[in-house]
Amino acid sequence: MPLARRIIPCLDTDGSRVVKGINFVGLQYAGDPVELAARYNAEGADELVVLDIAASRDRRPTFLETIRRVAAELAIPLTAGGGIRTLEDARAVVRAGADKITVNTAAVERPQLIAELANEFGSQAVVLAIDAKRESDSWDVRVRGGRESANRNATQWAQEGVTLGAGEILITSVDRDGTQCGFDVQLTSAIAQSVSVPVIASGGAKTPAHFAEVFTTGAADAALAASIFHQRTQPIGALKEFLASQGIPVRLNQ
Amino acid sequence: MKVTILDYGAGNLPSVERAFERLATPTERATTPESISSAEAIVLPGVGHVAALIRALDKFNLREPLCESVRRGTPFLGICLGLQVLFASSEEAPEFSGLSLFEGSVRALPNSVKLPHMGWNQLQRTSNSRLLRGLAENAWFYFAHSYAAPDASTAATATCTHGAQFAAVIERENISAVQFHPEKSGPSGATVFKNFLEMAQCL
Repeated sequence: MPLARRIIPCLDTDGSRVVKGINFVGLQYAGDPVELAARYNAEGADELVVLDIAASRDRRPTFLETIRRVAAELAIPLTAGGGIRTLEDARAVVRAGADKITVNTAAVERPQLIAELANEFGSQAVVLAIDAKRESDSWDVRVRGGRESANRNATQWAQEGVTLGAGEILITSVDRDGTQCGFDVQLTSAIAQSVSVPVIASGGAKTPAHFAEVFTTGAADAALAASIFHQRTQPIGALKEFLASQGIPVRLNQ
Repeated sequence: MKVTILDYGAGNLPSVERAFERLATPTERATTPESISSAEAIVLPGVGHVAALIRALDKFNLREPLCESVRRGTPFLGICLGLQVLFASSEEAPEFSGLSLFEGSVRALPNSVKLPHMGWNQLQRTSNSRLLRGLAENAWFYFAHSYAAPDASTAATATCTHGAQFAAVIERENISAVQFHPEKSGPSGATVFKNFLEMAQCL
Protein backbone atom coordinates (compact mmCIF):
# COMPACT_ATOMS: atom_id res chain seq x y z
CA MET A 1 0.00 0.00 0.00
CA PRO A 2 1.31 3.48 -0.79
CA LEU A 3 1.48 6.08 1.93
CA ALA A 4 -1.49 8.42 1.91
CA ARG A 5 -0.77 11.91 0.62
CA ARG A 6 -1.32 14.21 3.59
CA ILE A 7 -3.47 17.33 3.90
CA ILE A 8 -2.13 19.68 6.56
CA PRO A 9 -3.90 22.83 7.76
CA CYS A 10 -1.56 25.47 9.15
CA LEU A 11 -2.42 27.83 11.99
CA ASP A 12 -0.32 31.00 11.82
CA THR A 13 -0.63 32.59 15.24
CA ASP A 14 0.50 35.74 17.01
CA GLY A 15 1.07 33.47 19.99
CA SER A 16 -2.53 32.99 21.02
CA ARG A 17 -4.74 33.91 18.04
CA VAL A 18 -4.80 32.61 14.49
CA VAL A 19 -3.92 35.49 12.20
CA LYS A 20 -3.79 36.12 8.50
CA GLY A 21 -1.57 38.64 6.86
CA ILE A 22 1.26 38.99 4.44
CA ASN A 23 4.72 39.71 5.78
CA PHE A 24 3.28 40.80 9.11
CA VAL A 25 1.43 43.67 7.44
CA GLY A 26 -2.27 44.08 8.07
CA LEU A 27 -2.63 41.10 10.41
CA GLN A 28 -6.24 40.01 10.70
CA TYR A 29 -7.82 37.81 13.32
CA ALA A 30 -8.73 34.53 11.58
CA GLY A 31 -9.95 32.33 14.42
CA ASP A 32 -9.28 30.59 17.69
CA PRO A 33 -6.51 27.97 17.45
CA VAL A 34 -8.19 25.51 19.79
CA GLU A 35 -11.54 25.66 17.97
CA LEU A 36 -9.85 25.30 14.58
CA ALA A 37 -7.70 22.40 15.81
CA ALA A 38 -10.76 20.52 17.07
CA ARG A 39 -12.56 21.14 13.78
CA TYR A 40 -9.63 19.94 11.63
CA ASN A 41 -9.12 16.87 13.81
CA ALA A 42 -12.78 15.94 13.23
CA GLU A 43 -12.77 16.85 9.52
CA GLY A 44 -9.99 14.42 8.66
CA ALA A 45 -6.87 16.58 8.55
CA ASP A 46 -3.82 14.29 8.55
CA GLU A 47 -1.64 16.56 10.68
CA LEU A 48 -1.69 20.09 12.00
CA VAL A 49 1.00 22.78 11.97
CA VAL A 50 0.97 25.65 14.47
CA LEU A 51 3.37 28.54 13.94
CA ASP A 52 4.22 31.54 16.05
CA ILE A 53 4.77 34.09 13.30
CA ALA A 54 5.47 36.92 15.73
CA ALA A 55 8.00 34.77 17.62
CA SER A 56 8.79 37.44 20.15
CA ARG A 57 10.50 36.36 23.35
CA ASP A 58 7.98 37.86 25.73
CA ARG A 59 5.02 36.16 24.06
CA ARG A 60 6.68 32.73 24.19
CA PRO A 61 4.82 31.43 27.26
CA THR A 62 1.55 32.35 25.53
CA PHE A 63 2.52 30.31 22.46
CA LEU A 64 3.50 27.29 24.60
CA GLU A 65 0.11 27.47 26.29
CA THR A 66 -1.51 27.56 22.83
CA ILE A 67 0.42 24.39 21.85
CA ARG A 68 -0.77 22.67 25.04
CA ARG A 69 -4.39 23.55 24.40
CA VAL A 70 -4.21 22.62 20.71
CA ALA A 71 -2.46 19.29 21.45
CA ALA A 72 -5.22 18.39 23.89
CA GLU A 73 -7.74 18.50 21.02
CA LEU A 74 -5.80 16.30 18.62
CA ALA A 75 -5.55 12.59 17.83
CA ILE A 76 -3.29 13.41 14.85
CA PRO A 77 0.34 14.61 14.76
CA LEU A 78 1.16 18.20 15.68
CA THR A 79 4.09 20.20 14.33
CA ALA A 80 5.01 23.49 16.01
CA GLY A 81 7.52 26.19 15.20
CA GLY A 82 8.36 29.80 14.76
CA GLY A 83 11.19 31.35 16.70
CA ILE A 84 12.94 28.09 17.66
CA ARG A 85 16.61 29.03 17.95
CA THR A 86 18.01 26.58 20.48
CA LEU A 87 17.63 23.02 21.72
CA GLU A 88 16.02 24.48 24.83
CA ASP A 89 13.37 26.31 22.74
CA ALA A 90 12.61 23.02 21.00
CA ARG A 91 12.39 21.08 24.28
CA ALA A 92 9.76 23.51 25.55
CA VAL A 93 7.69 23.06 22.40
CA VAL A 94 7.93 19.24 22.55
CA ARG A 95 7.09 19.24 26.25
CA ALA A 96 4.02 21.33 25.47
CA GLY A 97 2.80 18.53 23.19
CA ALA A 98 4.30 18.97 19.71
CA ASP A 99 5.36 15.78 17.91
CA LYS A 100 7.59 17.63 15.47
CA ILE A 101 9.49 20.89 15.50
CA THR A 102 9.95 23.13 12.49
CA VAL A 103 12.97 25.39 12.10
CA ASN A 104 13.66 27.97 9.42
CA THR A 105 15.77 31.15 9.81
CA ALA A 106 17.70 29.90 12.86
CA ALA A 107 18.78 26.79 10.94
CA VAL A 108 20.03 28.91 8.03
CA GLU A 109 22.06 31.00 10.47
CA ARG A 110 23.36 27.98 12.39
CA PRO A 111 22.84 24.70 10.44
CA GLN A 112 24.19 22.64 13.34
CA LEU A 113 20.89 23.34 15.12
CA ILE A 114 19.31 20.71 12.83
CA ALA A 115 21.80 18.07 14.01
CA GLU A 116 21.26 18.99 17.65
CA LEU A 117 17.49 18.61 17.30
CA ALA A 118 17.78 15.32 15.38
CA ASN A 119 20.09 13.87 18.02
CA GLU A 120 17.73 14.82 20.81
CA PHE A 121 14.32 14.03 19.27
CA GLY A 122 15.10 11.84 16.24
CA SER A 123 14.94 12.86 12.59
CA GLN A 124 11.22 12.07 12.41
CA ALA A 125 10.64 15.06 14.70
CA VAL A 126 12.67 17.62 12.75
CA VAL A 127 11.04 19.54 9.91
CA LEU A 128 13.23 21.94 7.98
CA ALA A 129 11.06 24.77 6.65
CA ILE A 130 12.48 26.52 3.60
CA ASP A 131 11.03 29.69 2.07
CA ALA A 132 12.14 29.83 -1.55
CA LYS A 133 11.90 32.52 -4.21
CA ARG A 134 12.36 31.82 -7.89
CA GLU A 135 15.41 33.25 -9.63
CA SER A 136 15.32 32.30 -13.33
CA ASP A 137 15.87 28.53 -13.28
CA SER A 138 16.63 28.00 -9.58
CA TRP A 139 15.29 29.07 -6.19
CA ASP A 140 16.88 31.32 -3.60
CA VAL A 141 16.40 30.66 0.13
CA ARG A 142 14.68 33.52 1.92
CA VAL A 143 14.66 34.21 5.67
CA ARG A 144 12.81 36.44 8.15
CA GLY A 145 9.38 35.71 6.79
CA GLY A 146 10.56 35.69 3.18
CA ARG A 147 11.91 39.24 3.25
CA GLU A 148 15.66 38.65 3.10
CA SER A 149 17.81 36.56 0.82
CA ALA A 150 20.02 33.98 2.51
CA ASN A 151 22.13 33.72 -0.65
CA ARG A 152 21.67 29.98 -0.78
CA ASN A 153 20.26 27.63 -3.37
CA ALA A 154 17.06 26.01 -2.07
CA THR A 155 17.65 22.48 -3.38
CA GLN A 156 21.22 22.47 -2.05
CA TRP A 157 20.03 23.74 1.34
CA ALA A 158 17.37 21.02 1.45
CA GLN A 159 20.04 18.39 0.79
CA GLU A 160 22.34 19.84 3.43
CA GLY A 161 19.46 19.92 5.93
CA VAL A 162 18.68 16.25 5.32
CA THR A 163 22.35 15.32 5.72
CA LEU A 164 22.33 17.14 9.07
CA GLY A 165 19.28 15.16 10.19
CA ALA A 166 16.05 16.83 9.01
CA GLY A 167 13.35 14.19 8.54
CA GLU A 168 11.03 16.31 6.40
CA ILE A 169 11.22 19.42 4.23
CA LEU A 170 8.42 22.00 4.33
CA ILE A 171 8.91 24.03 1.17
CA THR A 172 7.05 27.31 0.78
CA SER A 173 7.02 29.26 -2.46
CA VAL A 174 7.40 32.92 -1.51
CA ASP A 175 6.20 33.82 -5.03
CA ARG A 176 2.95 31.87 -4.67
CA ASP A 177 2.23 32.34 -0.95
CA GLY A 178 -1.05 34.20 -0.50
CA THR A 179 -1.77 34.37 -4.24
CA GLN A 180 -4.13 31.35 -4.43
CA CYS A 181 -2.72 30.71 -7.93
CA GLY A 182 -1.64 27.15 -7.17
CA PHE A 183 1.53 25.58 -5.77
CA ASP A 184 4.88 26.11 -7.51
CA VAL A 185 5.02 22.48 -8.65
CA GLN A 186 8.38 22.91 -10.34
CA LEU A 187 9.83 23.97 -7.00
CA THR A 188 8.28 21.08 -5.05
CA SER A 189 9.34 18.49 -7.62
CA ALA A 190 12.88 19.93 -7.71
CA ILE A 191 13.07 19.57 -3.91
CA ALA A 192 11.44 16.11 -3.91
CA GLN A 193 13.95 14.89 -6.50
CA SER A 194 16.93 16.17 -4.54
CA VAL A 195 16.15 14.71 -1.10
CA SER A 196 15.31 11.27 0.31
CA VAL A 197 12.81 12.48 2.94
CA PRO A 198 9.12 13.43 2.62
CA VAL A 199 8.34 16.89 1.20
CA ILE A 200 5.46 19.12 2.32
CA ALA A 201 4.38 21.69 -0.28
CA SER A 202 3.13 25.10 0.79
CA GLY A 203 2.09 28.39 -0.77
CA GLY A 204 -0.60 29.21 -3.30
CA ALA A 205 -3.27 26.55 -2.77
CA LYS A 206 -6.88 27.27 -3.59
CA THR A 207 -8.64 24.60 -5.63
CA PRO A 208 -8.73 20.79 -5.33
CA ALA A 209 -6.99 20.70 -8.73
CA HIS A 210 -4.05 22.61 -7.22
CA PHE A 211 -3.65 19.84 -4.65
CA ALA A 212 -3.94 17.08 -7.25
CA GLU A 213 -1.26 18.83 -9.32
CA VAL A 214 1.18 19.15 -6.43
CA PHE A 215 0.81 15.46 -5.54
CA THR A 216 1.32 14.30 -9.14
CA THR A 217 3.51 16.74 -11.13
CA GLY A 218 4.85 18.29 -7.93
CA ALA A 219 5.80 14.89 -6.38
CA ALA A 220 4.88 16.21 -2.92
CA ASP A 221 4.10 13.84 -0.04
CA ALA A 222 1.94 16.36 1.80
CA ALA A 223 0.33 19.73 1.09
CA LEU A 224 -0.21 22.58 3.51
CA ALA A 225 -2.67 25.45 3.38
CA ALA A 226 -4.21 27.94 5.80
CA SER A 227 -6.93 30.42 4.92
CA ILE A 228 -8.86 28.24 2.45
CA PHE A 229 -9.41 25.81 5.32
CA HIS A 230 -10.00 28.44 8.05
CA GLN A 231 -12.63 30.23 5.95
CA ARG A 232 -14.24 26.96 4.81
CA THR A 233 -13.57 27.86 1.18
CA GLN A 234 -12.30 24.32 0.81
CA PRO A 235 -13.69 21.67 3.17
CA ILE A 236 -11.06 18.98 3.89
CA GLY A 237 -13.47 16.07 3.40
CA ALA A 238 -14.53 17.23 -0.07
CA LEU A 239 -10.91 17.90 -1.03
CA LYS A 240 -9.91 14.34 -0.07
CA GLU A 241 -12.90 12.85 -1.91
CA PHE A 242 -11.77 14.72 -5.03
CA LEU A 243 -8.17 13.51 -4.68
CA ALA A 244 -9.36 9.91 -4.19
CA SER A 245 -11.46 10.24 -7.36
CA GLN A 246 -8.24 11.22 -9.18
CA GLY A 247 -6.55 8.02 -8.01
CA ILE A 248 -4.40 9.80 -5.40
CA PRO A 249 -4.11 7.77 -2.17
CA VAL A 250 -5.62 9.70 0.74
CA ARG A 251 -6.92 8.76 4.17
CA LEU A 252 -10.69 9.07 4.07
CA ASN A 253 -12.74 9.14 7.26
CA GLN A 254 -13.77 5.64 8.16
CA MET B 1 -8.38 -0.76 35.73
CA LYS B 2 -5.53 1.70 35.89
CA VAL B 3 -2.92 1.81 33.10
CA THR B 4 0.71 2.33 34.06
CA ILE B 5 2.64 4.26 31.42
CA LEU B 6 6.38 3.87 31.61
CA ASP B 7 7.81 7.39 31.76
CA TYR B 8 11.33 7.73 30.43
CA GLY B 9 10.77 11.11 28.80
CA ALA B 10 9.19 9.94 25.55
CA GLY B 11 7.67 12.77 23.55
CA ASN B 12 4.41 10.95 22.91
CA LEU B 13 3.59 10.19 26.56
CA PRO B 14 1.05 13.05 27.01
CA SER B 15 -0.80 11.99 23.84
CA VAL B 16 -1.00 8.41 25.11
CA GLU B 17 -2.37 9.67 28.44
CA ARG B 18 -5.01 11.69 26.61
CA ALA B 19 -6.01 8.67 24.50
CA PHE B 20 -6.78 6.69 27.68
CA GLU B 21 -8.44 9.71 29.26
CA ARG B 22 -10.87 9.81 26.30
CA LEU B 23 -11.71 6.18 27.12
CA ALA B 24 -12.36 7.18 30.76
CA THR B 25 -9.41 5.07 31.93
CA PRO B 26 -7.09 6.39 34.65
CA THR B 27 -3.33 6.31 34.02
CA GLU B 28 -0.22 6.79 36.11
CA ARG B 29 3.32 7.59 35.06
CA ALA B 30 5.86 5.03 36.24
CA THR B 31 9.54 5.77 36.77
CA THR B 32 10.40 3.24 39.49
CA PRO B 33 10.86 -0.57 39.49
CA GLU B 34 8.13 -0.87 42.17
CA SER B 35 5.50 0.91 40.10
CA ILE B 36 6.22 -1.44 37.16
CA SER B 37 6.03 -4.55 39.34
CA SER B 38 2.68 -3.57 40.84
CA ALA B 39 1.09 -2.42 37.56
CA GLU B 40 -2.26 -3.83 36.39
CA ALA B 41 -1.41 -3.02 32.77
CA ILE B 42 1.75 -1.51 31.28
CA VAL B 43 2.13 0.76 28.27
CA LEU B 44 5.59 1.53 26.88
CA PRO B 45 5.38 4.52 24.53
CA GLY B 46 8.31 5.70 22.48
CA VAL B 47 9.43 7.77 19.56
CA GLY B 48 12.87 8.84 18.40
CA HIS B 49 16.09 6.87 18.90
CA VAL B 50 15.93 3.37 20.41
CA ALA B 51 19.18 3.97 22.33
CA ALA B 52 17.47 6.67 24.41
CA LEU B 53 14.81 4.17 25.49
CA ILE B 54 17.22 1.34 26.33
CA ARG B 55 19.58 3.69 28.18
CA ALA B 56 16.67 5.00 30.26
CA LEU B 57 15.43 1.48 31.10
CA ASP B 58 18.87 0.57 32.42
CA LYS B 59 19.50 3.89 34.16
CA PHE B 60 16.30 3.59 36.20
CA ASN B 61 16.66 -0.20 36.69
CA LEU B 62 13.40 -0.88 34.87
CA ARG B 63 14.60 -3.63 32.52
CA GLU B 64 14.25 -6.53 34.99
CA PRO B 65 10.93 -5.54 36.57
CA LEU B 66 9.49 -4.91 33.10
CA CYS B 67 10.55 -8.32 31.74
CA GLU B 68 9.39 -10.00 34.93
CA SER B 69 5.94 -8.35 34.85
CA VAL B 70 5.48 -9.25 31.21
CA ARG B 71 6.55 -12.87 31.80
CA ARG B 72 4.18 -13.04 34.78
CA GLY B 73 1.30 -12.12 32.45
CA THR B 74 0.72 -8.40 33.07
CA PRO B 75 -1.03 -6.97 29.98
CA PHE B 76 1.54 -5.00 27.99
CA LEU B 77 1.23 -2.59 25.05
CA GLY B 78 4.36 -1.34 23.28
CA ILE B 79 4.17 1.61 20.89
CA CYS B 80 6.76 2.27 18.14
CA LEU B 81 10.09 1.96 20.00
CA GLY B 82 8.06 0.09 22.62
CA LEU B 83 7.64 -2.63 19.99
CA GLN B 84 11.22 -2.55 18.71
CA VAL B 85 12.75 -2.88 22.16
CA LEU B 86 11.00 -6.26 22.66
CA PHE B 87 13.47 -7.79 20.19
CA ALA B 88 17.01 -8.93 20.92
CA SER B 89 18.80 -6.14 19.10
CA SER B 90 18.45 -3.20 16.73
CA GLU B 91 20.63 -1.97 13.88
CA GLU B 92 19.93 1.55 15.12
CA ALA B 93 21.96 0.89 18.29
CA PRO B 94 24.04 -2.29 17.84
CA GLU B 95 25.88 -1.64 21.11
CA PHE B 96 22.70 -2.21 23.17
CA SER B 97 20.70 -5.35 23.77
CA GLY B 98 16.92 -5.26 23.75
CA LEU B 99 14.52 -7.10 26.07
CA SER B 100 14.78 -10.30 23.96
CA LEU B 101 11.14 -11.25 24.52
CA PHE B 102 11.09 -11.93 20.78
CA GLU B 103 13.80 -13.40 18.62
CA GLY B 104 15.29 -11.49 15.76
CA SER B 105 16.71 -8.10 15.07
CA VAL B 106 15.17 -4.73 14.27
CA ARG B 107 16.56 -3.52 10.95
CA ALA B 108 16.72 -0.32 8.94
CA LEU B 109 14.04 0.01 6.26
CA PRO B 110 15.61 -0.03 2.76
CA ASN B 111 16.72 3.34 1.45
CA SER B 112 15.06 2.65 -1.90
CA VAL B 113 12.05 4.52 -0.44
CA LYS B 114 11.67 7.84 1.37
CA LEU B 115 12.76 7.63 5.00
CA PRO B 116 11.57 8.13 7.66
CA HIS B 117 8.44 6.11 6.84
CA MET B 118 6.27 9.02 7.87
CA GLY B 119 2.55 9.33 7.42
CA TRP B 120 -0.62 7.26 7.14
CA ASN B 121 -0.44 3.70 5.87
CA GLN B 122 -2.59 0.58 5.78
CA LEU B 123 -1.95 -2.92 7.11
CA GLN B 124 -2.07 -6.48 5.82
CA ARG B 125 -3.62 -8.86 8.33
CA THR B 126 -1.70 -12.11 8.63
CA SER B 127 -3.74 -13.77 11.36
CA ASN B 128 -6.62 -13.06 13.66
CA SER B 129 -5.86 -9.86 15.56
CA ARG B 130 -7.51 -8.95 18.85
CA LEU B 131 -5.94 -5.50 18.79
CA LEU B 132 -7.49 -4.66 15.38
CA ARG B 133 -10.92 -6.10 16.21
CA GLY B 134 -13.75 -4.03 14.72
CA LEU B 135 -11.46 -2.11 12.36
CA ALA B 136 -11.89 -2.17 8.59
CA GLU B 137 -9.23 -4.03 6.59
CA ASN B 138 -8.28 -0.72 4.96
CA ALA B 139 -8.07 1.35 8.17
CA TRP B 140 -5.27 3.94 8.21
CA PHE B 141 -2.59 4.30 10.90
CA TYR B 142 0.09 6.93 11.46
CA PHE B 143 3.73 5.79 11.26
CA ALA B 144 6.97 7.69 11.97
CA HIS B 145 10.04 5.44 11.96
CA SER B 146 13.08 4.33 9.94
CA TYR B 147 13.71 0.95 11.64
CA ALA B 148 11.33 -1.98 11.88
CA ALA B 149 10.92 -5.50 13.25
CA PRO B 150 10.93 -8.52 10.92
CA ASP B 151 7.56 -9.46 9.42
CA ALA B 152 8.51 -13.12 9.77
CA SER B 153 8.09 -12.77 13.52
CA THR B 154 5.60 -15.53 14.32
CA ALA B 155 3.74 -13.16 16.62
CA ALA B 156 3.04 -10.59 13.88
CA THR B 157 -0.72 -10.43 13.33
CA ALA B 158 -0.45 -7.60 10.80
CA THR B 159 2.31 -6.28 8.60
CA CYS B 160 2.88 -3.06 6.71
CA THR B 161 5.01 -2.39 3.65
CA HIS B 162 7.32 0.56 3.02
CA GLY B 163 10.23 -0.57 0.87
CA ALA B 164 10.04 -3.86 2.73
CA GLN B 165 7.38 -5.72 4.65
CA PHE B 166 7.68 -5.41 8.42
CA ALA B 167 5.77 -6.28 11.61
CA ALA B 168 3.12 -3.62 12.26
CA VAL B 169 1.21 -5.43 15.02
CA ILE B 170 2.57 -8.11 17.34
CA GLU B 171 0.37 -10.13 19.67
CA ARG B 172 1.35 -13.06 21.86
CA GLU B 173 -0.58 -13.91 24.99
CA ASN B 174 -0.41 -10.81 27.23
CA ILE B 175 2.01 -8.96 24.94
CA SER B 176 0.70 -6.51 22.33
CA ALA B 177 2.79 -4.05 20.36
CA VAL B 178 2.29 -1.75 17.39
CA GLN B 179 4.84 -0.02 15.16
CA PHE B 180 2.39 2.78 14.34
CA HIS B 181 1.22 5.49 16.75
CA PRO B 182 -2.34 4.72 17.87
CA GLU B 183 -2.30 7.96 19.90
CA LYS B 184 -1.88 9.85 16.58
CA SER B 185 -4.09 7.63 14.43
CA GLY B 186 -7.46 9.30 14.94
CA PRO B 187 -10.51 7.03 15.44
CA SER B 188 -8.62 3.86 14.30
CA GLY B 189 -6.04 4.44 17.00
CA ALA B 190 -8.73 4.93 19.64
CA THR B 191 -10.17 1.52 18.70
CA VAL B 192 -6.74 -0.10 19.21
CA PHE B 193 -6.54 1.34 22.74
CA LYS B 194 -10.12 0.23 23.45
CA ASN B 195 -9.32 -3.30 22.28
CA PHE B 196 -6.18 -3.38 24.43
CA LEU B 197 -8.20 -2.37 27.50
CA GLU B 198 -10.82 -5.04 26.82
CA MET B 199 -8.11 -7.69 26.47
CA ALA B 200 -6.34 -6.45 29.59
CA GLN B 201 -9.56 -6.70 31.61
CA CYS B 202 -10.18 -10.27 30.46
CA LEU B 203 -6.67 -11.64 30.93
